[in-house]
Amino acid sequence: MILLRILIRNAFRNRLRTGLTILGITIAILAFGLLRTVVSAWYAGVAASSATRLVTRNAVSLIFPLPLAYKDKIRQVDGVSHVSWGNWFGGIYISEKNFFANFCVDPPSYLALYPEYILSERERKAFLSDRKGFIAGRKLADRFGWKPGDTVTLKGVIFPGNWDFVLRGIYRGRDRTIDETQFLFQWEYLNETVRQRYPSRADQVGFYMIGVASPERAVDVAGAIDRLFKNSLAETLTETEKAFQLGFIAMTEAIVMAIQLVSIVIIVIIMAVVANTMAMTTRERIGDYAILKTLGFGGRQIALLIFGEALVITGIGAAIGMALTYPAARAFGSTLSNFFPVFNVARETLWLDLGAALVVAVAAAVIPTQRAIGIRIADGLRRIG
Amino acid sequence: MTTEAPAPIIDVRGVSKSYRRGEVVVPVLHDITFTIAPGEFLSLMGPSGSGKSTLLNLVAGIDQADSGRIVVEGVDITRLTETELARWRANSVGFIFQFYNLIPVLTALENVELPLHLSGLSRRARREHALTALDLVGLSHRLDHFPGQLSGGEQQRVAIARAVVTDPTVLVADEPTGDLDRVSAGEVLDMMARLNRELGKTIVMVTHDPRAAARAHLKRHLDKGVLSADDPAENPD
Ligand SMILES: Nc1ncnc2c1ncn2[C@@H]1O[C@H](COP(=O)(O)OP(=O)(O)O)[C@@H](O)[C@H]1O
Ligand SMILES: [Mg+2]
Repeated sequence: MILLRILIRNAFRNRLRTGLTILGITIAILAFGLLRTVVSAWYAGVAASSATRLVTRNAVSLIFPLPLAYKDKIRQVDGVSHVSWGNWFGGIYISEKNFFANFCVDPPSYLALYPEYILSERERKAFLSDRKGFIAGRKLADRFGWKPGDTVTLKGVIFPGNWDFVLRGIYRGRDRTIDETQFLFQWEYLNETVRQRYPSRADQVGFYMIGVASPERAVDVAGAIDRLFKNSLAETLTETEKAFQLGFIAMTEAIVMAIQLVSIVIIVIIMAVVANTMAMTTRERIGDYAILKTLGFGGRQIALLIFGEALVITGIGAAIGMALTYPAARAFGSTLSNFFPVFNVARETLWLDLGAALVVAVAAAVIPTQRAIGIRIADGLRRIG
Repeated sequence: MTTEAPAPIIDVRGVSKSYRRGEVVVPVLHDITFTIAPGEFLSLMGPSGSGKSTLLNLVAGIDQADSGRIVVEGVDITRLTETELARWRANSVGFIFQFYNLIPVLTALENVELPLHLSGLSRRARREHALTALDLVGLSHRLDHFPGQLSGGEQQRVAIARAVVTDPTVLVADEPTGDLDRVSAGEVLDMMARLNRELGKTIVMVTHDPRAAARAHLKRHLDKGVLSADDPAENPD
């Protein structure tokens, strides 16, 4: 089709202008993609949460513990399939800048409840049979070069003192959305030590993790658990794992909103840039469009030329930007792995990139097209010479 | 038997046209009436701003008259819708402009083929027609050149090839030599004369170059929106 040939050659007529516009689109799409990835990394914990898991904590605050004795009562609630428990440990490895999540859990029940953490049978046994054993996510072990059998010492903050652990296994996530930066050790080890050092703090857990038989029952079961401990010394608050994770993020919601806003602003700015390019381009070609109309071509064909040119330019910029998003996200993610254990470019982000590019191209072409179609042939021809 | 003049190919009756500049109405053409016989070569002269281009545009169907009737080859083009008019232009008129108005990103051959894309011809037929037309204007050796790589005279010859490639009966030319040196202008005029003589094209040419006007059979003057008859005193032939 001759029009296709014209619009592609038109797009590259002014190389510098087209090149700069493409560069702008590339950077905009790259920035947009990275910001979107930051947002989804922020929600990674929420996205990975299961609809069949509940978290029970002290109703007053997460920093107050619950008695270990609750576990047997919870287990008896109708609809509960698993009960596990743990404590946030908050230990420091060598220095504070090495931050990673570390907590203790009851290994058998925990691993049963979290099948997404994949451990070989041998490693599982080694972990279960070593009181001082711990398992680490693959990324965490890689980060510090830990090998199975290594002893790792954490400095306790909530539970003061130096704590030695032996690496018994390195888990992998079932898929890319699973956090591979966690440090998990035996709740029993913590409890025994605490019993010796601070007897009043023994037999306490930070939170219960509960499996329910089916997602539809989650809300009922949560209510039943909380009713069980109503008016007791430590009242509970039970919510779905998703709600629990969202609770953490709620504090930072303003930041997420700001990032989302910035990502939209970037698209609006690039829209203005491309619109400016298209306005300049079509002004230069008013005579061409007039001659095409003179020869009998219609408004639809003129529109095709202008929209097509806008699409070619934004399409190239967007394609390069999208291709660059992957290496950029990898570099970004490995630098910021402390903050974002999971930092993947979601397929949805690419669809958003494409959508944004399409909106930019169409928005940039609308007004120049109207102008080019609306102008009388005689006036368009008059512009020449 | 009476010998009747052949029916005119172009019949312009009572055509007026004015432009509006904001509040001010600028009258350009005033009650113009004339006819052109088939196979005629007419030159339209007159001072700058007298409305020559405006009149040519009306006859060629790229502008609309305020009043009056324009019949070309039996079709009253003042009554056509915009789409019908576009189709009519594509089939019936060839255009030659002062500044050639080629599409800069298309080669000579592609420029000449351009009007044929609306004709439903096969790719092969389009190419053959375009090659014939370029041969006619003596540019077979410049097929793949872009307009920017051609001289003014060559560009105007490509434009002539584009104007005749659809084989229209009427050619309109607005100052076709206005931007050319004497030699190129002469070549272009020769070519137009040949198209008129050998292919029977009816030509309406706006010019204020007396040398160009001299090549036409008929001359008309347009002054202050009024068309005057042929002025033989100015005709050196
Ligand atoms: N689109 C327009 N708007 C306003 N005035 C116009 C327009 N087109 C032409 N004119 C005016 O109409 C007059 C005739 O123009 P034109 O037909 O181009 O003259 P010519 O070709 O004889 O030099 C001029 O005064 C010109 O300024
Ligand atoms: Mg003029």
